[in-house]
Amino acid sequence: MESSKRRTRYVLKRLLQAIPIVLAIIVLNFFLLQMAEGDAVDVLAGEAGSATPEYMAELREKFGLDQPLIIQLGVYLKNVVSLDLGYSFRHDMPVSQLVIDRFMPTLLLMTSTILLAVGFGIVLGLIAASGLNTWRDTVISIFALITYATPLFWVGLMLIVVFSLKLGWFPTSGMENFSMFYHGWERVVDIAQHLVLPTITLSLFYLALYTRLMRASMLEQAGQDYVVTARAKGLTERRIVFVHVLRNALLPVVTMAGVQVGALIGGSVIVESVFAWPGLGMLAFEALFARDLNLLLGIFLLSALLVVAVNLVVDIIYSTLDPRIEMA
Amino acid sequence: MEFWKLFARNRSAVMGMVILVSILLMAISAPLFFPADPFSLVGQSMSPPGQNGFLLGSDSLGRDVAAGIAHGAKTSLLIGLLATLVAVFVGVIMGALAGYYGGLVDNLLMRTTEMFQTIPSFLFAILLVAIMKPSINSIVIAIAVVSWPAVARLVRGEFLSLRNREFVQACHTLGMGDIRIMLGEILPNCLSPIIVIGSLMVASAILIESGLAFLGLGDPNIMSWGFQIGAGRTLLRSAWWVCTFPGIAILLTVLAINLVGEGLNDALNPRLREHS
Repeated sequence: MESSKRRTRYVLKRLLQAIPIVLAIIVLNFFLLQMAEGDAVDVLAGEAGSATPEYMAELREKFGLDQPLIIQLGVYLKNVVSLDLGYSFRHDMPVSQLVIDRFMPTLLLMTSTILLAVGFGIVLGLIAASGLNTWRDTVISIFALITYATPLFWVGLMLIVVFSLKLGWFPTSGMENFSMFYHGWERVVDIAQHLVLPTITLSLFYLALYTRLMRASMLEQAGQDYVVTARAKGLTERRIVFVHVLRNALLPVVTMAGVQVGALIGGSVIVESVFAWPGLGMLAFEALFARDLNLLLGIFLLSALLVVAVNLVVDIIYSTLDPRIEMA
Repeated sequence: MEFWKLFARNRSAVMGMVILVSILLMAISAPLFFPADPFSLVGQSMSPPGQNGFLLGSDSLGRDVAAGIAHGAKTSLLIGLLATLVAVFVGVIMGALAGYYGGLVDNLLMRTTEMFQTIPSFLFAILLVAIMKPSINSIVIAIAVVSWPAVARLVRGEFLSLRNREFVQACHTLGMGDIRIMLGEILPNCLSPIIVIGSLMVASAILIESGLAFLGLGDPNIMSWGFQIGAGRTLLRSAWWVCTFPGIAILLTVLAINLVGEGLNDALNPRLREHS
């Protein structure tokens, strides 16, 4: 059971490595909050219309804003650890509550995007690599090159013009049609219809990325000794590709899917604001408009932590998929 | 001379170069063809392309879309270039120090780099611009802050592999200082990968800039493609052209820069050329 012990040690070590990064992100967040002009009291006073300097000083004392920076940082750390991300004065709600409410739609969008992008990316990369330098390879490469260069928000708008406004196939915005009061399956179908265009938009960029990666990875594997062995055994090309090469070629794609989660969050801000998809990205866009920095920072902090968590999980999955990745 | 021969062998890179030069010419000649302020209202609003003297139509206020695109080219190229220069500058310093000295310095700098790479970069850029208030400076800084880690990693790797070579040891023996070895001896040997990553970075910087401007975080005094699309999105139903043409401009520019970058990669690093 030497190997399982080593695996546990590896997981623990990765967890420990993540701690300083998480701390650094929280500290960075704190200083960004400090950089922002005005503090919570200014915002409150602004909302209230007027406030005497004495009252504002009193409020500052109450919130601990008159304390030295280092003590404020300590308080902030303690708050974040207990999931208190401050208060959004625009929404009149705790930031953590708002963020949790808006998390599910984003999770739905991101999951469908990753599935679509990774799935099609693998298929397209496979087709391109197996027909190297044929017209299929060229067409797929040109497609990848163009999607790589297209701004997401523009693709979203163009899809709306064509598929919603001209053809009327999909709704233009939102996550569901509230006025219809759908239940059960009808509601699922309704949400799925709303999901199609945002998913396609968000997945295009990553589709290009995974296609290129899969193609390169297939080509790299094709030159390995075990492929020569398989061919010498007289296996069919089809069997070599699907049983031997594909499994090995998938590994870098899996890792990349984890690494890209951070970028996916950035993309979802754009896509959600184009399609009015009521998730975290839309919330960030609203916060931006309302100059609600507290909320924006809360979203930022949580998504950074999400990326750390996903990377951790991917690393651990990876180490079980490929025992050669040494846990040294 | 040999470089150009290598570069010209890649047809798509030459095509990219042609597109890029045309966009550059458009940016330079914008004040000539469209002398008026691109924000000014110059005619009938919501004119479709080709009507009322608007080549690419006009928006809801009667601003000329074509004039916006011509003037926006300067903004995109300028911000892309400036942000990349800052990012490369910072990245080279960080990477060079980490790779040359190793040990504690390396550890510290690479942990910082790692942290910056973990943070969702576009969201970070949004936050930085929102905090600093939108302006050319804040946009350039924000894009540079999220872009330098890639350069730092690359430069560190190069320095790490070069620092123990004979020519560097010879410099030590000659009594050269660290800074002189780093800048004068090692850096020139890793210029080509830096040029390649820098050229590709201009493309991603332009994409980030257009995204920021689309979300309303552009410099309010300067016309940009992202702003045009953001302002035109409410007109999607009645005036598709307001959003469509600036998007094509972004697409062509980024595509051209990517093609040129790949061409540079092939010409400068023949060893790394993909087998295709």
